[in-house]
Amino acid sequence: MTSTESFLNTKPHLVVIGNGMVGHHFVEQMIAQAGHEEFQITVFGEEPYLAYDRVHLSEYFTGKGAADLAMTDGTLYSEHGVRYFTNSLVTEIDREAKTLILQNGESLSYDKLVLATGSYPFVPPIPGHKRDNTFVYRTLDDLDAIRACAKQVTRGTVVGGGLLGLEAANALKNLGLETSVVEFAPRLMPVQLDEKGGAVLKEMIEGLGVKVHTDTATKEIIDGESAFHRMNFADGSHLETDLILFSAGIRPQDALAHQSGLTVGERGGISVNNHCQTSDEDIYAIGECALWNNRIFGLVAPGYAMAKSAAGHLMGDAGVTFTGADMSTKLKLLGCDVGSVGDAHAQSQGCKVFVYQDEISQSYRKMVVSEDGKKLLGAVLVGDNSYYDTLLQYYLNAIDLPEQAQALILPTMGDAPVGLGVDALPATASICSCHNVSKQDINDAVCSGALSVGDVKGITKAGTGCGGCAALLKKVVDNELLALGVEVSTDICEHFAYTRQDLYNLVKVGGIKTFAELLNQHGKGHGCEICKPAVGSILASVWNDYVLKKEHISLQDTNDRFLANMQKDGTYSIVPRIPGGEITPDKLIVLGEVAKEYGLYTKVTGGQRIDLFGATLPQLPEIWEKLIAAGFETGQAYGKSLRTVKSCVGSTWCRYGVNDSMKMAIDLENRYKGLRSPHKIKFAVSGCTRECAEAQSKDIGVIATEGGWNLYVCGNGGMKPRHGDLFAKDLDDETLVKYIDRVLMFYTKTADRLQRTSVWMDGLEGGLDYLKDVVINDKLGLCSELEASMQHVVNTFQCEWKTTLQDPEALKTFRQFVNYEGSDSNVVFVEERSQMRPATEAEKQQLIAKVG
Amino acid sequence: MTTPWKLICKQEDLIEGAGVAAMVNGEQVAIFYVPESDNKVFVIGNWDPVGKANVLSRGLVAHLQNQWVVASPLYKQHFVLASGECLEEDIKVPHWQAKLEGNEVLIAVN
Repeated sequence: MTSTESFLNTKPHLVVIGNGMVGHHFVEQMIAQAGHEEFQITVFGEEPYLAYDRVHLSEYFTGKGAADLAMTDGTLYSEHGVRYFTNSLVTEIDREAKTLILQNGESLSYDKLVLATGSYPFVPPIPGHKRDNTFVYRTLDDLDAIRACAKQVTRGTVVGGGLLGLEAANALKNLGLETSVVEFAPRLMPVQLDEKGGAVLKEMIEGLGVKVHTDTATKEIIDGESAFHRMNFADGSHLETDLILFSAGIRPQDALAHQSGLTVGERGGISVNNHCQTSDEDIYAIGECALWNNRIFGLVAPGYAMAKSAAGHLMGDAGVTFTGADMSTKLKLLGCDVGSVGDAHAQSQGCKVFVYQDEISQSYRKMVVSEDGKKLLGAVLVGDNSYYDTLLQYYLNAIDLPEQAQALILPTMGDAPVGLGVDALPATASICSCHNVSKQDINDAVCSGALSVGDVKGITKAGTGCGGCAALLKKVVDNELLALGVEVSTDICEHFAYTRQDLYNLVKVGGIKTFAELLNQHGKGHGCEICKPAVGSILASVWNDYVLKKEHISLQDTNDRFLANMQKDGTYSIVPRIPGGEITPDKLIVLGEVAKEYGLYTKVTGGQRIDLFGATLPQLPEIWEKLIAAGFETGQAYGKSLRTVKSCVGSTWCRYGVNDSMKMAIDLENRYKGLRSPHKIKFAVSGCTRECAEAQSKDIGVIATEGGWNLYVCGNGGMKPRHGDLFAKDLDDETLVKYIDRVLMFYTKTADRLQRTSVWMDGLEGGLDYLKDVVINDKLGLCSELEASMQHVVNTFQCEWKTTLQDPEALKTFRQFVNYEGSDSNVVFVEERSQMRPATEAEKQQLIAKVG
Repeated sequence: MTTPWKLICKQEDLIEGAGVAAMVNGEQVAIFYVPESDNKVFVIGNWDPVGKANVLSRGLVAHLQNQWVVASPLYKQHFVLASGECLEEDIKVPHWQAKLEGNEVLIAVN
């Protein structure tokens, strides 16, 4: 790039320096307002990666990769003509000439400039702070370096006991280090917590095995005796540690502002007005580098709000201003809930305080109320954040407190309802602060046709930032639906006033074996295409009867009824099972011969099987006769059931493989191949972390590790991709199978009809942690039942095609016509690339004309 | 005028609660056997005008809004068995009077 380049473009040039979360959000906002049509937009990021989710940075240590945390892969930018450059540090702004200079010496001109340079970690200038094995915690590269070091050592210490420090301590603990925290202030999280709250948190964290030194100043860091470092403290004591991580706060990255003479605050930060303009009207600053009203906002939500106001101003909408932001936070640190709302330190004039403390279950809650006791001014929560949402709403919306306001922080006794109905929230109530979505916005979305939480998320982005508002969001959406008279019915259809989960339990507990019995006892009418297949699937999950039995056949969708997949012209495709994608040359030849004999179009599927297309109804049993004789089994590609277990060859052939993924894939496929479930299920097993089998995009994903197998659950490719969640690490074969048994059966038992595991997981209250509790800790006391149910399915497996071929009654249903031996004259094929495919309407007309 | 009833097949050719296809005067029809209904048997055309294939006999039989319907196996539109009307779109498939006499399935053809 050269300084001449911008002249080639007639649009004004908008340059964004910094591609963190806020910088990225700014670009999104510009694109959303068609700003890419008004401006040529160029983005520079210092890091090697495009914007990633720094809020969830620690998850990089618990299984997420850089791609999981990425907020964009660049597609959004390229599709809208936004040029972007990573690894590109801007070192100078020449405001006179309106040009920028990059570290590599190149320069380019700008018309408008946005600084989203973020912040850098503050490292206290203690002698020895630059020694080896000292780190900060901000970027993916930092985390890589910490991980590499942690592998070699045993003890780690975090300097700083604030929000980020504790987050970092958690990460060190997860990396297996003996972890200590050293905090200069007299308590942990001094900004958010009061003295008692800090003390309770300290006790909880120490209970988890992390040593906490508060009120401790580090004098110097020198060579250790038993470890790499020794930290000498001001009081004469010391601590030996191998790794030191500085997390003593952040400082605005305002170097460019200093260099170019923009106004900066006394303690740093680029001064901005309500439009986020700096002292140079063509230069904006947003996010953690910006100083508004002498305040820095170190959270993502205010950063997003700044991005929005800057984008609005650039696009000529001066109405969207930034006028400060609420800094309330709730988080889970080292497994401990911590929440802080508004004036946590009770500094408001004349305020009064309620405190509740429980030293047995370790929780502490404080409410700060106005002098007249009518309004909530602030709150502190340690140990249980379930009170947070309600308190925050009272605070943000200045709602009058109820008469017995203390009830808001007291534990629930009996059935007494605590909390604030969403009805009571005003329309302006902010539900999602990350994306600034109000109750009114959600109402508007629902009115314009969004009828589920998922739809509302898609339209408003609510709940897609930190995710903290998920539960509240669901309540508001349900409430809005009810208010609009949309019945939030969970009934499966007009014939059964039950959910699928209810029906499953009724079938199982009542020992019900047929649809007629269930309808008779618990339903009404005669059934429909919704409840019939759903009940058919439940009966198969629970009892695993042959699906074409006389009493079940009319429940089956066409694919299940004919054990093949109907195509657009009414012919079927056939997919035999090829466990793990492993097939002998002889079997491959049989598939080729059969396909050739019947003129079937042949294609390799995404699940490592072979799909044979274009078989007519009467051909199905004939073809299967041959396939079964050659040793094939039904692949159940037609069923809501286990499809395939995709696999790589693993340690048998691959020089990188660490375990035999091939054998595991085959064993798993053979174990679960008969399971009928709410929707189709796909597995994959990879032999090493290179992940060639793409296991993280599957319902059940297994990846070989040095220590055994990592299990991922509820991933999805397809229409709405979702990375699987890491469920458990380094499992042995037996535990792996046990967990999969339980997860799959729990899904089969509780999911809605046609609900994939990914959507099921997203809707599961308590999410991954809850599922772990159920499956690993047996929270519901269900595990033995789940395993027994699965074992029943495994024991009663039958190849449905084999059974069908032996059943003359079933075979009769494969006739094309009951009174005529001919074939369907509307099924017409033409040849393409040496195979046949269905003729299009136009081709059919032509062919008929020729014949005619 | 007497209806010209034509024998198509036997009751044992039918599937309870579902459909089968038959050829009548060169035209494909779908015969549904619904023992719970007053009529017992229904006959409509086998051609799905939406999916453009001869598949209606392979759809699921449902009871909706007090009438017996079949859901197309391709795109799930419902066709009323007694009239051939589509519940979702303004289209219609042909239908024939039909009856079960003894174990014989008869339909009225002109």
